Amino acid sequence: MGVMRTWAVALSGLEGTLVEVEADLTHQLPEFHIIGLPDKALGEATQRIRNASENSGLALPKRRLTVNLSPASLPKQGSGFDLAIAVAALGTAGGMDAASIAATAHIGELGLDGRLRPVPGVLPAVRAAARAGVRRVVVPWANRAEAELVTGVQVTGAVCLADVARLHGADVEELPPLEPVAAADDDRPPGEPMDLAEVIGQEAGVEALIVAAAGGHHLLMTGPPGAGKTMLARRLPGILPELDDEAALIAASIRSLGGTAVTRLDRTPPFEAPHHSASVAALVGGGSRIVRPGAIVRASEGVLFLDEAAEHRAGTLDALRQPLETGSIVIHRAGFTASFPARFQLVLATNPCPCGNYGVRGAVCTCPPIAIRRYLGRLSGPLLDRIDIEVTVERVSVAHADRGRPSVTTAQARQRVIEARARAAARLRDTPWRLNSQVSGGWLRQGPVTPPPIVRRPLDAALHRGSLTLRSYDRVLRVAWSLADLAGDDRLGPDHIGRALYLKKGIPI
Amino acid sequence: MLCMAAKDDFGRAGEQRAAAHLRARGFDVLDRNWRTAGGEVDVVARRADALVFVEVKTRTTDGFGDPLEAVDARKRARLWRLANAWCAQHPELARGRARRLDVIGITGADPATARLEHVEDVPWV
Repeated sequence: MGVMRTWAVALSGLEGTLVEVEADLTHQLPEFHIIGLPDKALGEATQRIRNASENSGLALPKRRLTVNLSPASLPKQGSGFDLAIAVAALGTAGGMDAASIAATAHIGELGLDGRLRPVPGVLPAVRAAARAGVRRVVVPWANRAEAELVTGVQVTGAVCLADVARLHGADVEELPPLEPVAAADDDRPPGEPMDLAEVIGQEAGVEALIVAAAGGHHLLMTGPPGAGKTMLARRLPGILPELDDEAALIAASIRSLGGTAVTRLDRTPPFEAPHHSASVAALVGGGSRIVRPGAIVRASEGVLFLDEAAEHRAGTLDALRQPLETGSIVIHRAGFTASFPARFQLVLATNPCPCGNYGVRGAVCTCPPIAIRRYLGRLSGPLLDRIDIEVTVERVSVAHADRGRPSVTTAQARQRVIEARARAAARLRDTPWRLNSQVSGGWLRQGPVTPPPIVRRPLDAALHRGSLTLRSYDRVLRVAWSLADLAGDDRLGPDHIGRALYLKKGIPI
Repeated sequence: MLCMAAKDDFGRAGEQRAAAHLRARGFDVLDRNWRTAGGEVDVVARRADALVFVEVKTRTTDGFGDPLEAVDARKRARLWRLANAWCAQHPELARGRARRLDVIGITGADPATARLEHVEDVPWV
């Protein structure tokens, strides 16, 4: 009778901490205790493990078993610890290879029949285990494809507890084979591809979308209902470059945390469009013990689209300001904090007024002036300050709709975006930034690629007039660089500045 | 299925075996099947300076769980009250001695040869 050790992983947000599971057998009346801040689901593990062991032909030792989850001060939730606890507990009876158990991390929930059930968050958990130096993990059969996405760690998918015991050298009698527990369905079926070519007219809108994609700029579209704002926004992920390994793994980890079955790396940037009735908790993430990622976290590495932005509650929109600045969101709860990545590209769409017809040619706006002001005033100044591109999308006229000119396809647009991003990355290679939207204002104004005064003149004039703040000045420069990258120019010209000013202020100069 | 009388005989045989086991281990058996209104103490024994109250559980198979598992917190609390009652009645034996609880589980069809497990110094609560 000695202490048996193995590993499990506790998740807090996307961060995983390796948890040492130690089981000790003492010569006392039979009891089974788990200590080390387990929650209700984890405390009930003793019942599941008892029945699962019995139904697998494995006997738990009939003495007092104490299982400690260390670090003991870290709160632990959920049923993913079942397997590690069961293996450590069974190991105290002897008959299993202690070294093999101690070198393996075990993740999975047990059913009463001894089968292993899938758990959410296997991908971030296995990533954390691999990073902490664990070389072998055992996961439920249904999660094995997800766990195998992590490199540098040997993944074993097990159907039932007896399989795991056999893996560690236990002599278990053969029972009739069990059907593996299936994973939940992937909730992200490959929807019908949306091509930019389906957008008719709207050259200005399409061009603004491509500029936003090239520089990673946040975008605001204003226009009457039916103009095609939503249509444009939904086509943004298609023209963004595919996610690299790291970004795709982060996106998949977030989906895994949300309880979605992950079987492959999806390299299309995620697209999240929360409804305008969404609460702050729905956007940033919430929950009392287990924190679930919110829409801005699920949109990380991709696009967050807020349709009818002015209809969102002011508080929810302003909750976006901090993640927009830092690229992450930290959720504080009693006893712990969870940190999630929130590097998303924001796309806002709004009507010009409550009735939607203000400023539309040939339509009559029925809103009183105060209603129009109040409506657009819901987008707070600090939020609009973080938007690089403001574009007005107008209704497509009959002439445009009928002309049937071939417009830009998604494939062409993406090619332009990839080339523009490559050009930006080459210019920024000695800096910590990769995209124009990330570059600091100081570097733009005083760095090695600062445009000559003659080129900056319209900008300086606007600054002197007071119609541009210094922050907006920097934003115009960033967009101007994206325009130059798309055009294939290595230096800023007056055209780029002029066009960028138009995209920022919505006014021609 | 054993009828009631047979069950009692079976339990008695188990206690017999347990007492023999205790004597062989150097325990001094002071009392057996001591009853009050609150229940029964199977064996009271003495070793060195400790007064040992022993609960004996006998089962033919462990199909309904290990006999040791049957001694739960409620049962132990009752045994604590019984131990106090025993001490009140036998002050000359109890004075100056620590009281501890032992549990003996016997599993098998014939108590004389069945598997015997002896857990010493079980916490009262």
